[in-house]
Amino acid sequence: MTSWLDALIQGVLLGGLYALFAAGLSLMFGVMRLVNLAHGDLIVLAAFVILFLAAKLGLDPFVAVLVALPIVFVAGFALQYVLLNRTLGRDLLPPLLVTFGLSIIIENGLLQLFSADSQRLRSGAIETASIPLGGGIAIGVVPLLTLLSAIAVIVLLNLIFYRTPIGRAFRATSDDLEVAQLMGIDHKRIFAIAMGLGFVVTTIAALYLGLRANFDPTIGPARLLYAFEAVIIGGLGSFWGTLAGGIVLGLAQTIGARIDPEWQILAGHLAFLVVLVIKPRGLFPRAQD
Amino acid sequence: MDEASSRPVQTFRIKTVGRASHAALVVVTVALLALALLPVFAGRTLIQDLIFLYYMLALAQCWNLLAGYAGLISVGQQAFVGLGGYILFALTLTGGLNPVLAIPIAGLVSALFAFPTALVVFRLRGAYFAIGTWVVAEVYRLAFAQVKPLGGGTGTSLTPSITSSAYGIEWVKTLLDVRTPAARDIVSYWLALALVAGTLAAVYFMLRSRRGLALGAIRDHETAAASLGVDIYRIKLAVYVATAAMTGMIGALIYLQKARISPDAAFSVLDWTAYVIFIVVIGGIGTMEGPFIGAIILYLMQHYLADFGAWYLILLGALGILVMLLAPKGVWGLVSERFDLTLFPTRRRLVVDDEERPIASKRPKMRET
Repeated sequence: MTSWLDALIQGVLLGGLYALFAAGLSLMFGVMRLVNLAHGDLIVLAAFVILFLAAKLGLDPFVAVLVALPIVFVAGFALQYVLLNRTLGRDLLPPLLVTFGLSIIIENGLLQLFSADSQRLRSGAIETASIPLGGGIAIGVVPLLTLLSAIAVIVLLNLIFYRTPIGRAFRATSDDLEVAQLMGIDHKRIFAIAMGLGFVVTTIAALYLGLRANFDPTIGPARLLYAFEAVIIGGLGSFWGTLAGGIVLGLAQTIGARIDPEWQILAGHLAFLVVLVIKPRGLFPRAQD
Repeated sequence: MDEASSRPVQTFRIKTVGRASHAALVVVTVALLALALLPVFAGRTLIQDLIFLYYMLALAQCWNLLAGYAGLISVGQQAFVGLGGYILFALTLTGGLNPVLAIPIAGLVSALFAFPTALVVFRLRGAYFAIGTWVVAEVYRLAFAQVKPLGGGTGTSLTPSITSSAYGIEWVKTLLDVRTPAARDIVSYWLALALVAGTLAAVYFMLRSRRGLALGAIRDHETAAASLGVDIYRIKLAVYVATAAMTGMIGALIYLQKARISPDAAFSVLDWTAYVIFIVVIGGIGTMEGPFIGAIILYLMQHYLADFGAWYLILLGALGILVMLLAPKGVWGLVSERFDLTLFPTRRRLVVDDEERPIASKRPKMRET
């Protein structure tokens, strides 16, 4: 019984990580209807950026990520402004194929720069610290921080979207691009800011990815699939739905792993397919598409 | 003279076959015959290279039909390559079936799996469909990693007695006076040639049929096609299942030739989808000619650049992005626009005739429309 309760708790905490993966994807889709096939590789790239900064500047990863955030914001802004804005239009193929090409470039670029070795972000005692809950159940500090960060990111994203002028511009371009342009919104700049923000969220996700487990340049595509599954399970267009989707996925994986360790990933995918069959628009749908 | 009578009366006809296309038909027939006879002269390396070229071309034609015509951008076709391969291994290793017979059965089983798969992934639209198919391919990979009789996660090999039991090997050995491994390659070569020719014929006749006209309409504007009465769901389902069957057969042949299978290799997104997408995009999506050019470009790049490992893949990705941004119709798009050339007449073009022209030349040729 305790073992199952433990699985439930760990599943919810793992869901926090998947919600962080998914929040960036959800943001990009929400604003510019971009489905970014390079998202998983961007998470891994961000983890390597944190690793690099932490090693070069001798910083703790939690500090290194603060240094990384402005850098990745500019990188995201530039990527959208220079490359991805050219792909957006009625045709689905260009954004998909350009981000797919980007995914291959990032993965192999990282292999070339950092080799295929497993890496990990080191942050001393906090990595293994845990809070005992009694009855043999303990929750790790890092997993707990992951979930709390996911909630904080979603609260902040909602504040930005619904309480600020830039958020109004995000929603306007998302609702009706032509009318937003007529109202004087420079949609290319808005999209670039959204991508910069997406990169910031992605980098926060990367911090916890690197603290919780080993990573190497090849694990990107699997992270893309988890992020995508969380978004679809939760329902398009709602950040809270994305959190719920992440938790459903985390629970499915943890419970699957409890039955047989080899079934962890498969159980997550199957949960996604079941939701797709029963509720094709996700558990908490908001956007139309 | 009043306005109406001075205006030339216009008649229309639908044109599909051009002069270049008639020539192409002859060329294709002769080329097929020549290629079938090639093993008599060619060395083993060339035969093996051509097998690779044929199955990549066949996969590319399938993906092109899916993405270029039916608008089904799949990133999960490795599901059916791997499935076909595994079905061949299961049928020959445990069922004792001849590998040549196992290939069509692998296609049939792939089609059977494609049905329920489609019912799930068709709930996702557009770009989400792409990632959904990828998830399904991962499910296939993880599921086959659990099948212990087929080697589980590490995979398994075909015994030499199975690979050399394919029909025709003994005949080739005596006829061409070669050893068993060379004879195996030659039989695989003919099978690959037959599959690529079959795929080309299937895609060609599908596009020339009524269904192909509907497919072209879907490609050009889905909503408009639907409003003209095209049953979009049914046509997309038919294309998805048909390409799954062809992809499964190609997968079976690929792994008969490789004689060793593992889940990670058989369901590899890089090998069976990324390269295929590259071929179609570089060559020219939405045309039958494009994949030919793309396959040859990929083959040359593999031949000369594959030793550079990661750099080769970075170059491939960058080239794909550049073509998508600067020449979205690919190499063939540039060529056909410049010279107004069509080798596989699958497009229907409206030709406007003026009245001055002799009657005989404007007799409508409205074959399949």
